[in-house]
Amino acid sequence: MPTLRSGRQLVAAVRAVLLATVVLGLVYPLVMFGIAQVIRPAGADGSLVSRNGAVVGSSLIGQAFVSSSGDALPEYFQSRPSASDYDGAASGGSNLGPNSSDLVDAITERQSQVAAFNGVTPADVPADAVTASSSGLDPGISPAYAALQVTRVAAARGAAAGDVSALVEEATHGRDLGFIGAPYVNVLELNLALNERFGTAG
Amino acid sequence: MSAGAGGWLQAGLLVLALVAVHRPLGDWMARVFTTDAVEGPKSRLWPRSGHWRVEKLVYRAVGVDADTEQRWPTYLRSVLAFSLVSVLFLYLLQRVQSVLPWSNGMAGVDSGSAWNTAVSFVTNTNWQGYSGESTMGHLVQMAGLAVQNFVSAAVGLAVAVALVRGFARTRTDRLGNSWVDLTRALTRVLLPMAVLGAIVLVLGGVVQNLSAGTDAMTLTGASQFIPGGPVASQEVIKQLGTNGGGFYNANSAHPFEGPSAWVSLFQVFLMLVIPFSLPRTFGRMVGDKRQGLAIVGVMATLATASLALNSWAQSRAGGAALQLAGAATEGQEVRFGGPLSALFGTATTLTSTGAVNSLHDSYTPAGGLLTMFNMMLGEVAPGGVGSGLYGMLVLAVIAVFVAGLMVGRTPEYLGKKLGRREMTLASLYVLTTPAIVLVGTAVAMATDAGRSSMLNDGPHGLSEVLYAFTSAGNNNGSAFAGLSANTPFYNTALGLAMAFGRFVPIVLVLALAGRLAQQGRTPATAGTLPTHQVLFVGLLSAVVLVVVGLTYFPVLSLGPLAEALS
Repeated sequence: MPTLRSGRQLVAAVRAVLLATVVLGLVYPLVMFGIAQVIRPAGADGSLVSRNGAVVGSSLIGQAFVSSSGDALPEYFQSRPSASDYDGAASGGSNLGPNSSDLVDAITERQSQVAAFNGVTPADVPADAVTASSSGLDPGISPAYAALQVTRVAAARGAAAGDVSALVEEATHGRDLGFIGAPYVNVLELNLALNERFGTAG
Repeated sequence: MSAGAGGWLQAGLLVLALVAVHRPLGDWMARVFTTDAVEGPKSRLWPRSGHWRVEKLVYRAVGVDADTEQRWPTYLRSVLAFSLVSVLFLYLLQRVQSVLPWSNGMAGVDSGSAWNTAVSFVTNTNWQGYSGESTMGHLVQMAGLAVQNFVSAAVGLAVAVALVRGFARTRTDRLGNSWVDLTRALTRVLLPMAVLGAIVLVLGGVVQNLSAGTDAMTLTGASQFIPGGPVASQEVIKQLGTNGGGFYNANSAHPFEGPSAWVSLFQVFLMLVIPFSLPRTFGRMVGDKRQGLAIVGVMATLATASLALNSWAQSRAGGAALQLAGAATEGQEVRFGGPLSALFGTATTLTSTGAVNSLHDSYTPAGGLLTMFNMMLGEVAPGGVGSGLYGMLVLAVIAVFVAGLMVGRTPEYLGKKLGRREMTLASLYVLTTPAIVLVGTAVAMATDAGRSSMLNDGPHGLSEVLYAFTSAGNNNGSAFAGLSANTPFYNTALGLAMAFGRFVPIVLVLALAGRLAQQGRTPATAGTLPTHQVLFVGLLSAVVLVVVGLTYFPVLSLGPLAEALS
């Protein structure tokens, strides 16, 4: 009788789903949790960065370096635009299309803002400086965008541009194995190094 | 090094890795799924005592007889029963998560979203109308979503193996035992590979913790929430099982899912490795490795062409906004860069994965078109775990039939005659997904509820809706994410599209497998079309492009083509 056979398959299915839930849904991730805590605990916990005992962020997660009123702070290297304002609870991008007039307006405005902020012409502003990332939490900027900001940061901190450039160099990550991905400058690492070298007052 | 050269080198490394791994993995899977209940103790590959001890425990706990093979209707019934129970269980788990531990204070998921998500993960689609970090607690992620990432991939493998047995066997009504196939897919393929892969991800910096999150005080004195979660264990099976559902909203672009470029490239490898190894399994099981080579040849040809086109499209700043910026960096992470983003976007839409490390909605018009076209091919190059192989084999049946029409011979594939019934099943298979996609898109565009969710206007708005139904119907799960899909209309419509897009083809494939297994084997003659030669690779590639691709040409010309040409 087909119904009876289907019934038996359903009972087996219920048991199978419950068993899979326990083994694959609880045992497996908890074992992996244990392994992770042994082989790379800092990474497994989120690559958190602490200063003076307080967590100041994660080296993988970008931050906004702006004043409480939202103005870019000249003494810090600026991250890319973010569709989520670097809110770690709401990752995501703009999803605006390549012909979107909203995106055209946003890019135009950012180009003139970044150009004025750094004393260059809009044509000199690199693409990553005026476009939002996919995650909204991009920890990196292109080496070109970092280079663009050196003079401004050095002036705001009363430091020599060469010293700031040296710190940029240290915070620059090349392509993995020399050819995978793209080179980037980790902005949080760089700004932490600036603070250590020149003090936080700016 | 220029970005372009780096891009080709990383693609080359990926190809080398796939070439190296597909043989041992394909051979291993052939051993795993060569059960002996029909052939008896004669089988040299897998003796009757072939159950592992832990598997015997599983069969006892589940209450099934692992030594009896099933006819195709029974095989189908158990697969459908398992999937049905999975949907109900996952739905309930989401609804009641607020009263369960490890839920981080998340409320129960509302019914529309819970239905959509349950269907989405059970069908191996992993379309996500919700935002992970603000909707799903750790328990639902681990014990609900990640579990389906495993078992939905196992279902795909089981169905593919059943179809291969249909070609490999003669004069039998038995296709194997679905519970054995599902169990072995998990114990011998997916789980061991996931453990190894998760270790690599953890070493690469992917998070794996049970923290509800940390509040950091940033350098400027603001507060920033740093999320936590058991991510690596889920990330690995999300790619390996060609599922694609991100732990976080930003998916593999999130720095905790894709912390570095090499990790992202490794994820591309994970999503491709089983689908590209399965043709070898197929060749082994039908006793002619050249047949598998031809199938993988078609997959590789289409994939290479797609990657080349997408890399070219994304290296140019197409579209008014991207031209203004100077490069296609909107929705792209700096550490990945253009070529790796294009590689990931190509792989994720050619498989049924749908994970993203960059936003397809913000791709150049030509790049966005290609990601959509990849899915429209039916996800066969190489396609999802299992579903890619069975989809390609059905298309091979069509190709053999087309060739037979051209020369006026009765078509045969692997010694199996393709008669009226076989061709009816194959034709229905090929028509199912386009029907779901096109009808769904048409309904959405004809209703206010469908149109009001578009973020962008003009042709790009149509592309968002078309992409959504293409992604759901093909069980991909990626999105032109500007579409606000967490609405009653889209939760329902896309849920139905995913369910029909998964299970109607499975019914047809298993019915076809049953028909094929009952046949004897027609000996090859001088008039038989050789299906292991370059000519057949070309023919099958053309069939994929023409039969499937052209179905969508009218709607593509209204959306992405219109945008690319404007």
